[in-house]
Amino acid sequence: MSRLMPVILHNRAPAPAITLRAWHGLALGGLVLLSGAAADAATGAAANTGVFMTLARWTPLLLEGFALNILISCLAMAIGTALGIALGLGLISLFAPLRHASWAVMQFFRNAPWLVLLFFMILLLPYHLHIGPLAFALPDWLKAVIGLALPVMANVAEILRGGVQAMPAGQWEAGASLGFTRAQQLWLIILPQAFRQMLPPWMNLYAILTTSTTLASIVGVNDVVTRAGQVLAAEGGRTDLLAPIYGYVLLMFFIYTYPVAWGTRRLEQRVRVRR
Amino acid sequence: MNDALLVMEDVHKSFGGVEVIKGVSLSVAKGEVACIIGPSGSGKSTLIRCINALVPIERGSIRVDGIEVNDPKLDRLKLRRHVGMVFQQYNLFAHRTALQNVMMAPLHVLKRPRAEVEANARALLQKVRLAGKENAYPGELSGGQQQRVAIARALAMQPDLMLFDEVTAALDPETVGEVLVTIRQLAEEGMTCLLVTHEMGFAREVGNHIYFTDGGVIVEHGSPREFFSNPRDSRTKAFLSQIL
Repeated sequence: MSRLMPVILHNRAPAPAITLRAWHGLALGGLVLLSGAAADAATGAAANTGVFMTLARWTPLLLEGFALNILISCLAMAIGTALGIALGLGLISLFAPLRHASWAVMQFFRNAPWLVLLFFMILLLPYHLHIGPLAFALPDWLKAVIGLALPVMANVAEILRGGVQAMPAGQWEAGASLGFTRAQQLWLIILPQAFRQMLPPWMNLYAILTTSTTLASIVGVNDVVTRAGQVLAAEGGRTDLLAPIYGYVLLMFFIYTYPVAWGTRRLEQRVRVRR
Repeated sequence: MNDALLVMEDVHKSFGGVEVIKGVSLSVAKGEVACIIGPSGSGKSTLIRCINALVPIERGSIRVDGIEVNDPKLDRLKLRRHVGMVFQQYNLFAHRTALQNVMMAPLHVLKRPRAEVEANARALLQKVRLAGKENAYPGELSGGQQQRVAIARALAMQPDLMLFDEVTAALDPETVGEVLVTIRQLAEEGMTCLLVTHEMGFAREVGNHIYFTDGGVIVEHGSPREFFSNPRDSRTKAFLSQIL
């Protein structure tokens, strides 16, 4: 390892952690109810269907959109993790050119705004992908998956590098002294132990990614936020629906993300205790 | 010496321009127990790490059973099969049980059949008096127990030479004895051992030859009797008067 590397690599603060607590969800739910009730009271007129009835009527449509957000998040996480592991192994390579190239790629995608990457992919990728005689349609949501997978890749790579470098040098030395090759040391000794430390930040990354899938609505993907806008338009731009609808969307994300955040916190505590 | 298993000649090593080993020569015969003693920072641990190529040397020659270590074409894996090493911090693999720690290298490095490896590993754990602790994880064992697992792990590769790098320095005083007994037992069985140690009593009783290092050179060496009772160099005298 170049002696400069650790200095350069550590000049960045870790990604912000999401710390959701149960009362956040209660507050959100309360907000939706209150804003709905307030809107009902304010308009008063029976001409409009009640806010809750409206929400209930549009729930299937909104949930369909939300399902797309979840699908995008899962695929982006899977692709980003696979690529990130490869990039992370490049970051800890003893072969300097590979290490430096991996570092440049990691830094580029880690410091790029996710929304800009999304625009880039939407505009850059063709509508149809030709691989030999096969042609795939490449819908916008799939382009969004690729766009979001790139920053995930960079963050996963950094999580892997950090996890591996946090292992005591003695573990490498013990493996080497027993005749293990470097690849064996990595796969049999270092990674299985580093995995426990890498899991919480990886899950946290997933929670951040999930909330960031809403960026896809800006580039025209028919996700839950886009659909919320469509619902508002369909209801003739009722201003009393604004807060309840978006509050409802927030609540959906909370209900999905909270278990992930909770599990992350539990894991972090366990890792801390066992070390 | 013809039957020398380990021969070091004029070994030099620097870290970032600072020379920490300045021309060390020594030899250890088959079946001999050699002890390296000396003040902290005198390059003892670096010296012992050079032998199995954990630390590359700049100049000089190290031969283990005829294998030249200071050779760009060195087959490290072949060398390390001949040399077992035990560390101050045990360095057991925390995610594997005691038995698995002992089994890993023969399984994955020597590619021996599992049944044979497991039987051998169980016998080794018994030998270091840890029968019954096969399924314990390192975190559940005391320092002395962990260190004995580490010794069994190194022995599982059937090395010709065992290196011990201050293996009792991190232990609680009450567990030092059990580790030293294990090493003494090995020595009595004829295992060639090179120890970096602060255990003067042990070096005097079990060692065949004592090397005293200071400032990256071997200041003085000899049999334990002459070394401890009749040190010649003033640095040796000063060191021994502090320790004893």
